[in-house]
Amino acid sequence: MKNLFIAATLALSTPSLADTIIVQSTTSTKNSGFYDYLLPMIKKDTGIQVNVVAVGTGQAIKNARRCDGDVLLVHAKEAEEKFVADGYGEYRQDLMYNDFVIIGPDTDPADVAGASDVIDALQRIEQAGAKFASRGDDSGTHKKERALWQEAGIDPVEGSGQWYLETGSGMGATLNTGVGLSAYVLTDRATWITFANKQDAVIAFEGDPTLFNQYGVIPVSAEKCPSVNREGAEIFARWLLSETGQATIVSYKVDGKQLFFPNAN
Amino acid sequence: MDSLVEAFRLIITLDADLFEILWLSVRVSLVALFISAIIGLPLGTWLAIAQFPGRKFCILLLNALMGMPPVVVGLMVYLLLSRSGPLGWMGLLYTPTAMIIAQVVLITPIIAALSNQVIEHLHQEYSDTFYSMGVTGRRAVAAYLVDARYALTTCILAGFGRAIAEVGAVIIVGGNIDHLTRVMTTAIALETSKGNLTLALALGAILLTLSLLVNALVIGVREYAAKRQYA
Repeated sequence: MKNLFIAATLALSTPSLADTIIVQSTTSTKNSGFYDYLLPMIKKDTGIQVNVVAVGTGQAIKNARRCDGDVLLVHAKEAEEKFVADGYGEYRQDLMYNDFVIIGPDTDPADVAGASDVIDALQRIEQAGAKFASRGDDSGTHKKERALWQEAGIDPVEGSGQWYLETGSGMGATLNTGVGLSAYVLTDRATWITFANKQDAVIAFEGDPTLFNQYGVIPVSAEKCPSVNREGAEIFARWLLSETGQATIVSYKVDGKQLFFPNAN
Repeated sequence: MDSLVEAFRLIITLDADLFEILWLSVRVSLVALFISAIIGLPLGTWLAIAQFPGRKFCILLLNALMGMPPVVVGLMVYLLLSRSGPLGWMGLLYTPTAMIIAQVVLITPIIAALSNQVIEHLHQEYSDTFYSMGVTGRRAVAAYLVDARYALTTCILAGFGRAIAEVGAVIIVGGNIDHLTRVMTTAIALETSKGNLTLALALGAILLTLSLLVNALVIGVREYAAKRQYA
């Protein structure tokens, strides 16, 4: 019986190749088609097959803590630095950036277009009692949003279920909800540009330097997780941080718009 | 309407990515179904004819497990197969095998519980005959399974339906990795999250067609065999 079990396992399992790595990733880089563009080039240059598991940043970091990934590619600098400080990451490098925007119905009921900065924009939304759809999933975007509300001196959770709607879902699902309810949503620009169900929603507020969105890359520690493909992870990270990798990031455009801006040092 | 046109376009142009995803869906669900049937059918039958204290409770449990949310099954299998979990050393997380395991956990109770009901009915009719002929234990289970084979196909189809349509479990343990663990349902979830609602719906239509074909095939074979047997 045991032999049968082992034979069945061998027959059913996909051979795990030494040159395959798993990237635990934020969703924006996947939903925007960035990986579809990038990964074939990495495969060609390095021979490494990159398998991407795209979940929210919060979940990606938790999965990596359980050793279920070789590299993290996420956007929540504080949480990333904690991950490395706790010994789970070999190191953390800035990779690229873009920015967050607030999207909303083109009628702009809270007049956020006239806001002086993003804090003012959020205060206007709360005062107008306009709907705001939040990720509510501890993702990178959600962490950013919570920090902004706190800076604005507002506890939106008090209005949870009335004007503040926590979807507990990914960026795309939250955008679908937000668009459907004519709500405002904080989203990264890349996901918004490539999102296909915009209907009458537009970018309502943008351009505040506070909305800067930094992506980082972290190989998972081989000491904490002996099962990781440390070598493959290093080749992947090095490629992204190299001149070739950084130039590739620049060259990825959707509808003529560059989605990510490299800033590895 | 657009979605139907898009679905036809993908099928007619034999879109390679589509067929890869379709094939994985079918492969994962059929392997899971096969394993679940091997476990579930004899288990359900045995519970229908065996007599031991706690039998009713086992059947109750089996029926309750039919309502198990796929996302909970996914989570359990994830924790089991995670590198830091008890079976982490096998390296099965984010592979089709992990998806098969999750689906086996999900559909075995369905097949067992439904076949249990079918056999219980039969048992009321046959128990005296079998008893007088001295057919008990393993031989009785086998005899019932053979005799009820046509009715049991419905149980198996119910299991297949659950497996092929399920997204909550396979997206957690498979990771929806392109060209590796992406199946129809996780592709639909992905396209929905990209806002490509038309494409998502088109994929849904294709999945439904596939399910229709499989059901037609099984029911066709059943009718044909039944006719030949009684002709």
